[in-house]
Parts: sequence; C-alpha cells; structure tokens
Amino acid sequence: MTLKDATAIVGIGQTAFAKHLPESERALACRAVLAALDDAGIDPGEVDALASYTMEETDEVELAKAVGFGDLTYFSKVGFGGGGSCATVAHLAAAIAAGQATVGVAWRSRKRGSGPRPWTNTSVQLPTPAQWTRPFGLLRPADEIAMLARRYLHEYGATRDHLFNVALACRNRANRNPAAIMYDRPLTREMYMTARWISEPLCLYDNCLETDGALACVIVGRERARDCRRPPVYVHSAAQGLPAQHHGMVNYWNDDPLTGPAWAAARHLWKHADFTPSDVDVAQIYDAFTPLVPLSLEGYGFCGRGEGGAFTEGGALETGGRLPLNTGGGGLSEAYVHGFNLINEGVKQLRGTSTSQVPGAATCLVTAGEGVPTSALLLRN
Amino acid sequence: MLTPVPDADGAPFWEYAARGELRVQTCADCDEPRFPPRPCCPHCHSFASEWRATSGRGRIWSYVVPHPPLLPDYAAHAPYVVLLVELADAPRIRLVGNLVSEPGAALGSVPPDRVRIGARVQAVFGADGLPQWVLERP
Repeated sequence: MTLKDATAIVGIGQTAFAKHLPESERALACRAVLAALDDAGIDPGEVDALASYTMEETDEVELAKAVGFGDLTYFSKVGFGGGGSCATVAHLAAAIAAGQATVGVAWRSRKRGSGPRPWTNTSVQLPTPAQWTRPFGLLRPADEIAMLARRYLHEYGATRDHLFNVALACRNRANRNPAAIMYDRPLTREMYMTARWISEPLCLYDNCLETDGALACVIVGRERARDCRRPPVYVHSAAQGLPAQHHGMVNYWNDDPLTGPAWAAARHLWKHADFTPSDVDVAQIYDAFTPLVPLSLEGYGFCGRGEGGAFTEGGALETGGRLPLNTGGGGLSEAYVHGFNLINEGVKQLRGTSTSQVPGAATCLVTAGEGVPTSALLLRN
Repeated sequence: MLTPVPDADGAPFWEYAARGELRVQTCADCDEPRFPPRPCCPHCHSFASEWRATSGRGRIWSYVVPHPPLLPDYAAHAPYVVLLVELADAPRIRLVGNLVSEPGAALGSVPPDRVRIGARVQAVFGADGLPQWVLERP
C-alpha cells in the first residue's frame, strides 16, 4: 500500500481572519468545518474521521456533537503545535488509504489575536525542557528562533535583506488577497529596516500575525473524490519529521542545529514522490518567523546548505520567480493560524483559484513549522 | 524572574550550579557527555552516568537580544543578552545563559554591542545559583 495519490483534498473552508472575532474558538471551528464540507458537497453525517494538532482547544467530541458528524472510526491529534499542521492531512490520508475511514476532516481554530499569550503571564508554567532556556530570559518562540537566525546569518553571510525578501514576498501576496489581514498594507524596505526589534536580529516584520480565525479541509479516497463538487487535489506524498537527538521548540544540542526537522521530513517526502524540488510550481512554507523560510528552502532541497538566503534574491519568491511562495500571504501577512491557511492556499493554487495564481500550477509543497517536530505535504492536481 | 523547574534528570545540574560548579552529565561507561540530561546514554544505552566538572570556559555560538513585550521582570532588564555557549571541554554541548559584567550582575549589564560570536566566555554564578557568563576580555 502507498499513500501516493490515494486520497485527495476535496473541500476547504475558512472564517474571516482578524485581530478580534467575537465568536468562540468552538463556533469558529464549526463554521470552518461546515464551509469545507459544503465546498466538497459532502453531508456532515458522512464524516467518520477527524485529525487535529495540539494547542487546539476545540476537541473532537465537541466538534462532532455540534456539527452533527456520524460515528467516528478514526481520530488523531498530532503533537508539537505548528509542526503538526500538514500531519493532520497525512494522518487522514493514511487512515482512509488503509480503510479505517472514508471521509476525514482536519481543522484549526484559534483566538491568538485577541486571546491570551503564554509569555504575557507571569504565572506561566515551566515545562521541564524549558528549564534550560526560560530562566535566562529566552521566553518566546521569537527569542528561540532568533538564536538560530543569528548563527545562520553569521555562518553563511546571509543578511537582513534576505529576511526582508521573505517578509516582502508574503506581504506582496497578501496585498492581493482580500481575506488577508495585511490586504491593504504594503511593506517597504525602509519600514522593515527601521522597525522596532522583537528579539535581535529579528524585528517586528520577521514575526507572524497573531490571529483569530479557523480553517478546515475535507479528505476522501481518490474514487470518491471524482464525484465531489470541486476538482480533487491529490495528496501525492506526505511526511513527518522528528530527527535523531531532537529537543523541544528548537534544538541547540544536536551536532548541527541549523539542520532541523525539515531535513528529516524532506528525505521521506521526496523518497515517496514522483517528482523532485525542481518540479515544484509553488510552495507554501511555514513562516511563523522569516528565518524559517531559508532554513526550510535548504531542508526541502530547493538549494544547498547555506544558500537559502541567496535563494531569495532577484524576486525568486515573488510571482513569476523561481519559487513563488506563500501566495495567500502566509503566516507573516495573511493570518497566523498555526499554518493551516498554507494547506488551504495550496489547494486554491491547484484549483487555479488563488488571488496570486501561478499559471498552470500542478504541484505544490506545503510545510509545517520548522524547528519543532514537523510535517509536510506534496499536493498535485 | 522564572526559576528552573528541574526534572529528575536535570536536578543534579542545578544542585551543582547552586554550589558554584558547572558540571555536565557524562556516560559512566562510554564517556560520552550529553545535554540536556536524560536517563540513559543514546550511544551505548548504559544507565550509569556521572556529573563531570568542566573548566567553565566556552565560546559564544550565538546570542539574542530580547526586547519587550516580555514578562515584567525581564522587561525591566531589557534589552539584555542571552548567549548560547559552546563548552571548551565538550564542544557539542551548548548552554543557554546570560552575559553579565560580573557575577550576580543584572541581565542587562553588558551592552549588546560588546558581544561577538566566537568570543571567549567564562562561567560564573550569581546569588540565585544560576550559571552566568562573563567575557574573558571585557
């Protein structure tokens, strides 16, 4: 048995994205799931599989009850927050291919735009891996990634201009996407270079947007997919990556901290694919922070070690460039919903309905958070 | 300020640090040092480990300078320097810590423009028992 093109994403749905939405996370989740099922033309009563990832407050029981799912025969929750986004689709694809279920729904609902952030709370608990970092004031994910970014810039001669190229590509795409939080807000190099620091060497525009919003998608087997309302987007290859000797949010303690979980996921992803990085028409790369993009470009094999910064030059990530990227605006400029908007944007590209459509796009790479144990999908139409 | 919440594996590190010693967990059978601490050796699978003293010398592998919004106690010190130090005695072991002007000094006591990747640092210990780092050539 192989996962290759055995299943397809046939429905996508989302709510509005905003700093503040009045509804609860549970209500937003229900809206996104119902929209995705309606997009697919599938009745909620047919859903028999669910997949989510940790830090999701809407649990399976509540969602199934509210939306009116049938009997569930498969449910899965993937660990490590934003590293689990693509794995939700991968788990459903595997379950459906193995005959454990027939109609799967994956979702993410968050209110991080208006809700609490863990690091603003002095009574924050210290999970034991954090004993080695947080007492020293390495408090937020931005601080932990900035440590890797500083070394990356030092080791390979990458510059803040390279990070700006990433932020700009995402912002330019968001400027074309009416659903994006940064729809009508252009970014300039001057704005980037004079922005306030968050954690040097990362400034405001190197960080994603904390957002309220929810998204969902529907996965079925390839036979069923042919009868759905929309053209199927096939799950061609899927992988998770938790490399040897990994640790927590970022790993400073392996032999080579600049090669993270993306490398482990990529090896499996390409091994089971009929195409290579040079065949990828468009990519949705997890961008909670700009440095994750050059690191991921290297990990997934679009360029060599240390070449991720230079890869961003000459408009490579823009429409018409070598690798158009995060075409809805990504986490940096559309919405940060733990990467799920990247999955749905990949589907839009392969349906030909993106607001920054890559002409004739037939293959799309989607990745989950780099640094944490991660996951990735190769989608094709 | 946040204080470490040790687990069973990490507790010895903090106990030695409280006595002013920087020690690293090392396999008692194959001599391989490891960090963060854990129950058994990933190389030879021995459960026997020792906490070996280090010289406390190292080099800056990377560093960050956090700015607010931060937890209130940390915001009061910002901007401050957080280092990742590669130990001279065990180059694959890197420790997160603060760069300070002298033992027990405040988090923000060294200006960020004094910091360079590769600079030599020495472990010292503040009154709270946390290891800190000072520049060998301030």
